[in-house]
Amino acid sequence: MTARGKMGKKKRRFFYLFVLPGFLGIMIFVLLPFLDVVKRSFTTAVTGEFSAGKNYQAIFQNQAFLLAVKNTVRFTLVCIPILVTLGLAVALALNCLKEKSLIKSAYLFPLAMPTATVVMVWKLTFYKQGFFNLFLTRIGLLTGLWGEVRRDYLGTAAAFWVLVGSYVWKNMGYTVILWLAGLAGISGEMLEAAKVDGAGGWQRFWRIMLPNLKGSLYTIVILSFLNSFKIYREAYLTAGAYPDQSIYLLQHLFNNWFVNLELDKMAAAAVCTGGILMVAILALQRLWEDE
Amino acid sequence: MDLQRLKKIGSRAKKALLSLILLLPAMLVILPILLLLSGSLMDTWELGKYISPAFTDGGGFVSWKLLPDYPSFAGYGKLLFETPQFFVLFWNSVKLVACILAGQLLVAVPAAWGFAVYQVKGGRGLFALYVVLMLLPFQVTMLSSYLVLNELSLLNTHQAIILPAVFSTFPVFLSYGGFKGIPYQMLEAARVDGAGELTIFVRLGLPLGKSGLLSAMVLGFLEYWNLMEQPMAFLEDKSLWPLSLYLPEITWGQAGFAFCASVVTLIPAVFVFVIGQDYLEQGIIYSGLKE
Repeated sequence: MTARGKMGKKKRRFFYLFVLPGFLGIMIFVLLPFLDVVKRSFTTAVTGEFSAGKNYQAIFQNQAFLLAVKNTVRFTLVCIPILVTLGLAVALALNCLKEKSLIKSAYLFPLAMPTATVVMVWKLTFYKQGFFNLFLTRIGLLTGLWGEVRRDYLGTAAAFWVLVGSYVWKNMGYTVILWLAGLAGISGEMLEAAKVDGAGGWQRFWRIMLPNLKGSLYTIVILSFLNSFKIYREAYLTAGAYPDQSIYLLQHLFNNWFVNLELDKMAAAAVCTGGILMVAILALQRLWEDE
Repeated sequence: MDLQRLKKIGSRAKKALLSLILLLPAMLVILPILLLLSGSLMDTWELGKYISPAFTDGGGFVSWKLLPDYPSFAGYGKLLFETPQFFVLFWNSVKLVACILAGQLLVAVPAAWGFAVYQVKGGRGLFALYVVLMLLPFQVTMLSSYLVLNELSLLNTHQAIILPAVFSTFPVFLSYGGFKGIPYQMLEAARVDGAGELTIFVRLGLPLGKSGLLSAMVLGFLEYWNLMEQPMAFLEDKSLWPLSLYLPEITWGQAGFAFCASVVTLIPAVFVFVIGQDYLEQGIIYSGLKE
């Protein structure tokens, strides 16, 4: 055996030694049971007979499922662009300042606040007689433009926007840090050179900064997406298991099916959602590596 | 006045204005905390007076005073001395977080080292799988977790929460970021000097790559202190619940109590946030690292 081959064998041995224990756990707790879920998605819940695609057919004709998919997609499509662009704006502004640690902490802190403690504040703020309406009413009286405002935010379609707001509030710090790291990676010389060549601020932003931030954008989008599923905590705690139609998300549906033991539907939906996410993530990874 | 100085003053003013605008959102962070703190220090009567409009449909809005008229520690007294359940739940939270983080240290950190140091055929593919698993939301794997926990008869025990979390791939990803930063030549030099692979991991890897695993711990703490979906699904017995699930159960009739409980829940998170902020930021940057 060549020395190189020997080295390769040794490497393999240690790779297994370090990685295998964790991988076995993942096999037991995630991968094997997921195969079981795939199997279940093709059988009936009670008798376990093979049912072909019946479960899939059932979920795609299920009004609740369609509503939940629509809402989840809508939530993601609204939230992520808002978060990404606002985060970039804040990061660009922060980048001009020397003393940024205090402001960064302020943006990061909501990440540390347990949802359960925030929810009480949210409720007091967005109830019909809560702080937000009080604030709006005061402004209305002050400017004389409108009178008392008595809107219910949690029980109506406005709940969607409350959720969007609390998502942005919570994840802003994360996004700003990632954008700042991306900005720090752009070489100052390149920007300086462009400046000498007479490129204006906007030109430098569009032509040099943005193209160099593509990698950051990818990560930010992926992580924001991952975190967007955690908004269920806020939604569930402020509005319960059956909230307003506008915020009935996939997460609610999964939970309700789980509580009602509708495991066959759950299996089919888990396979669909998991499959779509996996394909999307792998495709993005591939795209990113090609660059 | 000469132009130079005028320009200088202008740019200073611009920066001050920028800081001010950026600090505005910081208010959104500070206000909820002040609200919780002041609420926890009010006596029942005063708090009741301020928030009762929220539940009666009559006129008027909720009101607030950041400095209570009759400050009292009665709420805390009741919480800490007359509510033994609270301690049970507090220790449940502590136990869950401590066991999960310890388990992750044992399992995920070596795995990250394996991926970072031993480039083995198939290693990249496996790592890609880990990334996909990291990004799958809980709802997708909920049914599979349920099936396996049921099979192992772990439902309604703390292991049902701890074990799947120990094998989460997020800490692998973060620790990998830290280990990847160690120069390869350094490890080679140690090998030439006759150090074994395990010694290299313990003596070189852990101290040099500690930022990655510490950031995994900080982010992990904040995540698991806030755990909701898993205990909600897998723990029926309320005496096993963590604090994060219990808080929302407190009714408005006991609002003062709820405020105190929220503040006490918030304290460990704030503590970790303040101590670990650098690692938190580092962790966020690692989570965005191109592999």
